[in-house]
Amino acid sequence: MLSFLFFYLAGVTVISSLLVISLRNIVYSVLALLVAFIHIAGLYLLLNAEFIAAIQIVVYAGAILIFYLFGVMFFSTNLKAKVIHHQYPIAIIIGLFILGEFIVAIYSSTFSMNRGEYTVQKIAEAGNTETIGMLLYGVYLLPVEIASLILLVAMIGAIFLAKRELKT
Amino acid sequence: MIPLSHFLILSAIIFTIGIVGVLTRRNAILILLSIELMLNAVNINLVAFSHYLQSITGQIFVFFIITVAAAEAAMGLAIIILIFRGKAFLNVDEINLLKG
Repeated sequence: MLSFLFFYLAGVTVISSLLVISLRNIVYSVLALLVAFIHIAGLYLLLNAEFIAAIQIVVYAGAILIFYLFGVMFFSTNLKAKVIHHQYPIAIIIGLFILGEFIVAIYSSTFSMNRGEYTVQKIAEAGNTETIGMLLYGVYLLPVEIASLILLVAMIGAIFLAKRELKT
Repeated sequence: MIPLSHFLILSAIIFTIGIVGVLTRRNAILILLSIELMLNAVNINLVAFSHYLQSITGQIFVFFIITVAAAEAAMGLAIIILIFRGKAFLNVDEINLLKG
């Protein structure tokens, strides 16, 4: 049952990712990416990461993709023009080469079996969100501050870039 | 129990699709979307390792990657809007400001 669920989620994710890079109309591409993201959230649920799954849907699908959709609306889409670069066979060959390299690397490496202390039972007792929250505001306090600084810089930068052009 | 290698192969396939998207498409916004696809492939990897190695650090890294992806989306779209404001279509081949 679990592996059936995995193959369903993985299959839909791969197919909709292929649709993202092959559809002509960019609005449809964004919607296909939305489908892929929601199925990736399902994969996270399969891996006992409820908090990340919720963030994936709320932030990625809800905020970032809608933002891209608004960005698309600023421009008219030319459905007649060629959307694919003319050297696409080279790109596909490079892609297959990289994929083969990944697969060889995955199957020829032995992964560390040093298990950490966060077993499934321990996370289930304390709650996934609580465990992440305790770590985020304990051990990883400085990275959280840096991440908030990155978001602030991105917000100010985006406002500055978009506003300066309006004046001229 | 699903083996770890299934998740790794899936993430490799999605990452490759992202690379091919960046290399083949001519639309600027679609290149950014392909980069989001690649970031998601990395996130799948991190969450899978976090589950199988019983360490929560991978999920925290995913949290930071989503933060950086949000910042990248905001800045990337602002730059695209700035560059393509006079132009009709979002074709990256038309951008040759540094050509001299």
